[in-house]
Amino acid sequence: MNSRVADPVAIAEQGAGEMLMEVRNVSLSFGGVKAITDISFDIRKGEIRAIIGPNGAGKTSMLNVINGFYTPQKGEIVFRGQTRRAMKPHHAVRQGIARTFQNVALFKGMSTLDNIMAGRAVKMRRNLFWQMLWHGPALAEEIEHRAAVEEIIDFLEIQHIRRTPVGKLPYGLQKRVELGRALAMEPSLLLLDEPMAGMNLEEKEDMSRFILDVNRQRGTTIALIEHDMGVVMDLSDRVVVLDYGKKIADGVPDAVKSNQAVIDAYLGVAH
Amino acid sequence: MLYRTAGQFKTSYRADHALFPVKQDAWLLGFILLFAVVIFPLTASEFAFRALLTPVLIYALAALGLNILTGYAGQLSLGTGAFMGVGAYACYKLVTLFPEMNLLVAIALSGFFSAAIGVAFGLPSLRIKGFYLAIATLAAQFFLVWLFEKWAWLYNYNSSGAIQVPTISMFGVPVAGPNATAMVQYYVVLAIVALVTVLAINITRGRIGRMWKAVRDMDIAAELVGINPMKAKLSAFAVSSYIVGVAGALFVFLWRGAAEPVAFDIPLSFRVLFIAIIGGLGSILGNYLGAILIVALPVIISALPAAVGLPLSSAMVEHLNTMIIGALIILFLIVEPHGLARFWAIIREKLIMWPFPH
Repeated sequence: MNSRVADPVAIAEQGAGEMLMEVRNVSLSFGGVKAITDISFDIRKGEIRAIIGPNGAGKTSMLNVINGFYTPQKGEIVFRGQTRRAMKPHHAVRQGIARTFQNVALFKGMSTLDNIMAGRAVKMRRNLFWQMLWHGPALAEEIEHRAAVEEIIDFLEIQHIRRTPVGKLPYGLQKRVELGRALAMEPSLLLLDEPMAGMNLEEKEDMSRFILDVNRQRGTTIALIEHDMGVVMDLSDRVVVLDYGKKIADGVPDAVKSNQAVIDAYLGVAH
Repeated sequence: MLYRTAGQFKTSYRADHALFPVKQDAWLLGFILLFAVVIFPLTASEFAFRALLTPVLIYALAALGLNILTGYAGQLSLGTGAFMGVGAYACYKLVTLFPEMNLLVAIALSGFFSAAIGVAFGLPSLRIKGFYLAIATLAAQFFLVWLFEKWAWLYNYNSSGAIQVPTISMFGVPVAGPNATAMVQYYVVLAIVALVTVLAINITRGRIGRMWKAVRDMDIAAELVGINPMKAKLSAFAVSSYIVGVAGALFVFLWRGAAEPVAFDIPLSFRVLFIAIIGGLGSILGNYLGAILIVALPVIISALPAAVGLPLSSAMVEHLNTMIIGALIILFLIVEPHGLARFWAIIREKLIMWPFPH
């Protein structure tokens, strides 16, 4: 294993590493369909936490619960020591939770720069009056945030597409811009929904490097969903495995890899 | 050749955020302003002011208001005409109730009335989208025009049912009403339209403009970057209706001089919508280009046969005019569905490169 900032084994053994989020006995159903049944797990500060499972296991539903898109019928979520219940996604953003999507959800008519600037919407305060005047506080604020956004653009190596409308970009770059927009929110918890989906090997390597760098250099806690097992096992500190809306395993990658229930869930089992 | 950007480097974000990153654009605008402020007024006739210059500016302003709502925030509205009416009637009530009030103040205040009405009729946008929202704004259109007809207090119980602009002077010069000259009115309109345009540019290029565009492009994602969609949509309705209301007040007070409720009926809404679409949704410049095409071109075309000495009957000229304009609109939309503003953007790109292909 590579040398990690937060040693997962140490976390597991000593209970070290501050708790960032705790999901307690969460259940979510749509009508009669149970998407998530009584799931509990935690996310610790500074780690990369993977959520895996076969298709339809409830992974994306889980992310949607975490960022306030769905309100679970049962259970509670404790984030930074505070219990929360019903909320809107834009409240979750204000609390420091950012996410990317399985299918890229960018603002297609806007340039890369504007998309990432939009990620700083919650950090910008100047009201309509100052915006109308422009010169003065509004411009000063714009420039201050522009500098922060340019840092992200440099970090993700997308300087050359700064002015390009994102609708015209290839898929891999769109994914990168979306990561940039999430980073612009300076989240304390970053949710990535299949960051490698539909990428070729080279793009996957790039994206893995960005995820690791975000985690190490910026100290951002990351929770990710991914189907590429190689990527998951290499990147993450701890893995939680879902199947049919239930948690079937939780632990460090090596332990999960050899877990019989996980192998059964992925390969199928003779009944 | 003229459009060379080579050598124009920006060394700070402040320079990069300038209104005209390319200095030729600033020259071009200066050139146009020179025409608008000095050369047109020196050469134009009374007819040119009343039929061309003033209406182009007023329609461009109305389209700008609609464009903020539809082009920037993505909320389709078919009630523009009625919102213009709210501005016009509010201005009329203000100047008749408070005769000593400065006309500019009255026009600025009347925008707030249409903004409030716009927000009220924008509330459905929190629940419904697209065509369904368009139908909701259509309800506003019919309801408000009906109100202008039935609520006699609005037109001061005038027997004709129309609002008649009284003579209003500013600094001893009549600016509205039967005694005002077209040139004075043109200058007032030009000043107001230029000011509102600058403010609109400032709003749309900053935080609020990005918020609107984000909601337009993908409202769910907008919410997940922390944008409150309710705030974004309602602020777009407010700003848009404010501008549309001001345009409505100008429409009656500095151009028509009088208006009946039917003047604000649905053909006006469509006219403004056409200007915005043909000019280019999501652009400021497009409103001017669209207004020139829709308002000024018919006037020019119908004046042409007389100018070159063709003996055509006026009915014939009218028919020809309608056909030519219709064909031109279809042609423009086929050649460039994103409107005249995009057309200009492409030409500009080409000019920057010209004469080299890359």
